[in-house]
Amino acid sequence: MELMDINLMMEITPLLIKAAWITIDISARGLFFGFFIASALVAMRSSRFFPIRSLARAYVSVVRGTPYFVQLLLVFYGGPAIGLRLDPFTCGVVVGAFNIGAYMSEAIRGAIESVDSGQNEASRSLGFGRFATLQHIILPQSAGLMIRSIGVLAIILVKNSSLVSIISVVELTYQAQRLIGSTYKPLEVFTLSALMYIVIIYAVMGLVEFLYRRATRYTYL
Amino acid sequence: MTTATTDTPMVELKGVKKRFGDLEVLKGIDLKVERGKIVSIIGPSGSGKSTLLRSINNLEEIDEGSILLDGVQVNRPDLKGLAYERHINHIRQNMGMVFQHFNLFPHLSTLENVTLAPRKLKGMDARSARDLGLELLERVGLADKPSAYPNSLSGGQKQRVAIARALAMRPKVMLFDEATSALDPELVEEVNQVMKGLAEEHMTMLIVTHEMAFARDVSDWAMFMDGGVVVEENTPDRLFTNPDQERTCHFLRKHLGNQASAQMPS
Repeated sequence: MELMDINLMMEITPLLIKAAWITIDISARGLFFGFFIASALVAMRSSRFFPIRSLARAYVSVVRGTPYFVQLLLVFYGGPAIGLRLDPFTCGVVVGAFNIGAYMSEAIRGAIESVDSGQNEASRSLGFGRFATLQHIILPQSAGLMIRSIGVLAIILVKNSSLVSIISVVELTYQAQRLIGSTYKPLEVFTLSALMYIVIIYAVMGLVEFLYRRATRYTYL
Repeated sequence: MTTATTDTPMVELKGVKKRFGDLEVLKGIDLKVERGKIVSIIGPSGSGKSTLLRSINNLEEIDEGSILLDGVQVNRPDLKGLAYERHINHIRQNMGMVFQHFNLFPHLSTLENVTLAPRKLKGMDARSARDLGLELLERVGLADKPSAYPNSLSGGQKQRVAIARALAMRPKVMLFDEATSALDPELVEEVNQVMKGLAEEHMTMLIVTHEMAFARDVSDWAMFMDGGVVVEENTPDRLFTNPDQERTCHFLRKHLGNQASAQMPS
C-alpha cells in the first residue's frame, strides 16, 4: 500500500495552485497597503504634536494587544453593525494591512533609530533639513535592516492569511479544507498545501535577501 | 539683524549659557573670531569646549546669550517651527563642521560624500559638483580615492574626506571638534597638514583640540576652558609658555609633559 495517493495529489495540484495565487494576492495587497499605513504611523510617531503621537501609539498598542483572528472576525462580523460591509477578500486585505502596518511601523522606526546619531548631526551640520536628512542619509542606511524586518512580517502575513479561510476566502487553506471534504485524504491535501506555503515563503525570503544585498551593497564595496 | 562689514567678527558669542538639566555646561561665554583668524580652544574633558562648538552650529540650542555668524544671529528665539528650521539650515550652510568620529556617510563614495550637499542644497549640476569634489579631494590628498567607500579608508583618510565634505559648501568658517582625537598617532599628522593648509589660505577656523603643539603652531589666539568658563585666553605663545592662571598651568603640565612644563612658572 502506498503511503500517499500520488494520483490524487497530481489531480488536486492545479486547484491548490489557483488557491495559492489568492494567498499571494491577499498577502501582497496587505503588505502593500500595510507599508503605507506603517509609514503614516511612523510620521505620526515623530510628530511635534503630542495628541498625534499618542494616537499612533495607542493604535499600535491595540493591534499588538489583540489576536489577528479576533480582529478579522470583529471587522467582518461586527463591521456591518456600524455600516462597514466588506466582501471577504477585501476584509482580508484591509485587516491584514492594518494589522501588519502596526508591526511594520515599529520595524521601520527601529531601523531608522538604529542609524548612528552622528549621521543625523553630520547631515544637519551641512544644512540639510529633517526630511532631506531622512531621505538622503537615514533611509538609505536603514533600508537593509528595514527590508529584513519587513521580510519577516511578510512571512507572518502569508501564514496569517490562512486565517481568512474563516470568512470564506478561497485561499490555500480554505481550498485544502474543501478538498478534504470531497476526497477524505487530509495527509495528501495538507502535505501539498504545506509544500505550497513553503514555496511561497522561500520565494519571499529570496526576494528579501536580494533586496537586502542591493540595499547594503556599499558595505561590501 | 546686523549688516556684516569687513570689521564684523566672523563668529561672535555674547554671554552664551547652556544647561543640560541642572548642569550648567557653559556659564556665559564671550568669544570673537575675526575673519581669517584661527582660534583654538583647549581644556580638560567636560570643560564645555565641544558643547561650545556644537552650540555655534546649533547642534545644541543655547539657553541664554547670542551667537552671530558674520553679523547674522544664529540663535533666533523669535522664530518657531519651520521658519526656525529654514533659518538654521541656511546658517549651517555657511559653517563647516568636522567631527571627532568623522561621521562620513557610509552608503556614499568619497566623491558622493563631498558632492551631496552642493548638489542637493545649492542645486549644483552633476558635472560641476564632480569637478568641485575632485578638486577638494585633491586638496586633502585623496585625488586617487573618489570611488572608495568610507569603510575602506583609514581614520586619517576618513577625516580628510570629512574636511573636504565640509569645504564643499564653501563655508565662511570651519569648526573642528577634536578632529584628530579618534585617530592613531601616526595618522594625526596627515589631518593636521590639511588643517595647516587651510590656515595658510586664511580660512577662519575654530578648533577644539587636545593637540597642544598643533594648536600652538597654527592658532592666532588660544583659549583655555574649564568648568564651563574661559579661564584664560591669550596669544598661543603666551598661553602655552607663560600662562597667568594656575589652572591653565596645571592642565598644560599634564598634557605637555616634562619638557614643556620645565618652561613654565611653578
